[in-house]
Amino acid sequence: MKIIDRLPSILKNNMYAELAKRNLKRQSVRTILAAIGIIIGVIAISSMGILGNSLKLSVTDSFADIGDKLIVSPAPGEDSITDKQVDQISKVGGIESIIPVSSSGEVVEYRKDGVDIQSYVAVYNIEKDELENLVELEEGRYFKPGSTDCVVGSSIASNLELTPGQKIEIDGNKLRVVGILKERGLGFDINTDSGVFTSSEMYDKLYPDADEGYDQVIVIVENIDELDAVSEDIEERINKKDELVTVFATNVITESLDDVFRSISIFLMGIGSISLLVAGVSILNVMLMSTMERTKEIGIMKAVGASRKDILKMFLLEALFLGVIASTAGAILTIGGSYLVMLLVVKNTSYLFTLSSMFYITEGFFFGIATSLVGGMYPAWKASRMKPLDALRYE
Amino acid sequence: MPSPQYPIVQLQDVKRIYTLGNNKIYALNGVSISIEKGDFVTIMGSSGSGKSTLLNMIGCLDLPTSGIVKVNNTDLSKLDDDGLTAIRRNNIGFIFQQFNLIPTLTAIENVEIPMIFNGASPDTRRKKALEMLKKADLPLEYASHKPNEMSGGQQQRVAIARALANEPPILLADEPTGNLDTKTGHNIMELLKELNAAGTTVIVVTHDPLLEEYSHTTIKIQDGEVIE
Repeated sequence: MKIIDRLPSILKNNMYAELAKRNLKRQSVRTILAAIGIIIGVIAISSMGILGNSLKLSVTDSFADIGDKLIVSPAPGEDSITDKQVDQISKVGGIESIIPVSSSGEVVEYRKDGVDIQSYVAVYNIEKDELENLVELEEGRYFKPGSTDCVVGSSIASNLELTPGQKIEIDGNKLRVVGILKERGLGFDINTDSGVFTSSEMYDKLYPDADEGYDQVIVIVENIDELDAVSEDIEERINKKDELVTVFATNVITESLDDVFRSISIFLMGIGSISLLVAGVSILNVMLMSTMERTKEIGIMKAVGASRKDILKMFLLEALFLGVIASTAGAILTIGGSYLVMLLVVKNTSYLFTLSSMFYITEGFFFGIATSLVGGMYPAWKASRMKPLDALRYE
Repeated sequence: MPSPQYPIVQLQDVKRIYTLGNNKIYALNGVSISIEKGDFVTIMGSSGSGKSTLLNMIGCLDLPTSGIVKVNNTDLSKLDDDGLTAIRRNNIGFIFQQFNLIPTLTAIENVEIPMIFNGASPDTRRKKALEMLKKADLPLEYASHKPNEMSGGQQQRVAIARALANEPPILLADEPTGNLDTKTGHNIMELLKELNAAGTTVIVVTHDPLLEEYSHTTIKIQDGEVIE
């Protein structure tokens, strides 16, 4: 607190800063070498952090779910989820929405330039409003209830070169494509990217023989922290006597992924901190040499009225300057370097400008300053404890 | 000048003993002196006589093994490091044989240094430093020069200006002319005389008998004892 209160006066009394600047300049080669140590340390610690973070983001980005869903599916031996079971689920507290889904595998035919193209897709029966909850539209609109409209996933659209307004044919039934969904990535619930979605009337017309009930029920919880509680509650209600449904929490996978990447990040940053440690030792060395060389000056300063605190302040300010300048350079080089590497190697720089990447750069920056201060502490303390008479006599 | 109630510097039976192996060296062996405010004192003695040790005692750079040192009526033995620093800062201006300027700083910045430790604002500092350089007769074009760009006499003038910066009542000079030629040395001593005339107590330590003529009082010291 005290130091923070006095900071403005230290900065205003700019002769301290001036002295620190000149003393750093006096041994410029040594200062630059010490700064390079810090710069390397900052780059190492922040780029290792960014590396781990980008690794994590690139993997988790390919998953659609952030893990706030429960997937309720029939237990082995059961055919489907019944309306009654859906009703039971709806009585559980903490649920935001329940999305019952039916689906069938299908070969989709599409005629283009006189050539028949076939592709395997999943046809889903899902309410329009609930589909809106799960995935956004890239273009066009959602299907109207009761119509022959359908919306298709992004990978189908691109594979078959579909645009809204065209028609696809399923089992002799023609469906009009009215919308194309945004790419969503691999999901634990349904794969919208390779799905065709249509109204339940059309679905019933396509599959009149389909089982009553649903293939799975997607449950979105209100609060992600209650995922496990809701999951247990559902199992308790439905699986009272027999094992009728299986409840799968999507956060199981994201959580273990998080754990893995956390470990990787810590490991990588551990490697980075070693270089910062080395930099700290070199700062210690540089500052110690500089206090030895300036012993006589310290004696003079004391003779003309410098207190221990003044001397301490002077040397710590030097270390602080060195740390701030070197850490700033390190942070800038990290941003520039990572940008180049990502541009050239990954061809995607978006991971660099995420909050977590910036956090690692900030962390590296402050670690750099802290290292410099810690390295400068002992020499500064030593300088401040010098006896003025001995220091004055030093040649 | 109104007579002060107490001597500005007072030493009572001061001993300073260094131990070298089994030998005890009496740098000061029971020195009792008192120096009145406004005096110009020369402490004379050959090298090894203990005159520098005496000066360091008065300047709060060294503490006695036994005995009492009072500066401005403050007993130094009762002070901690911060207290001694405060006495040095407010009461004493040092002038050294080697000038002892900070090599990275210009003349005017060197003069500002003691005022920084006294907490003066940058504006006050700069103004007063110029004033002190003028008082020390340094041609003002040298104000922005670094020590290595100045002659010995000019450097000593900067050192004197620095010693004057916090307007201390006592100036301590350790062989102030030792590194200067006779003519420059004379000029420096004349300057000290002027400052003394203006009210500052000046204490000069030297082995040079020629300096005696500038002072009012001479204290001769030999083998750690006052002989005259």
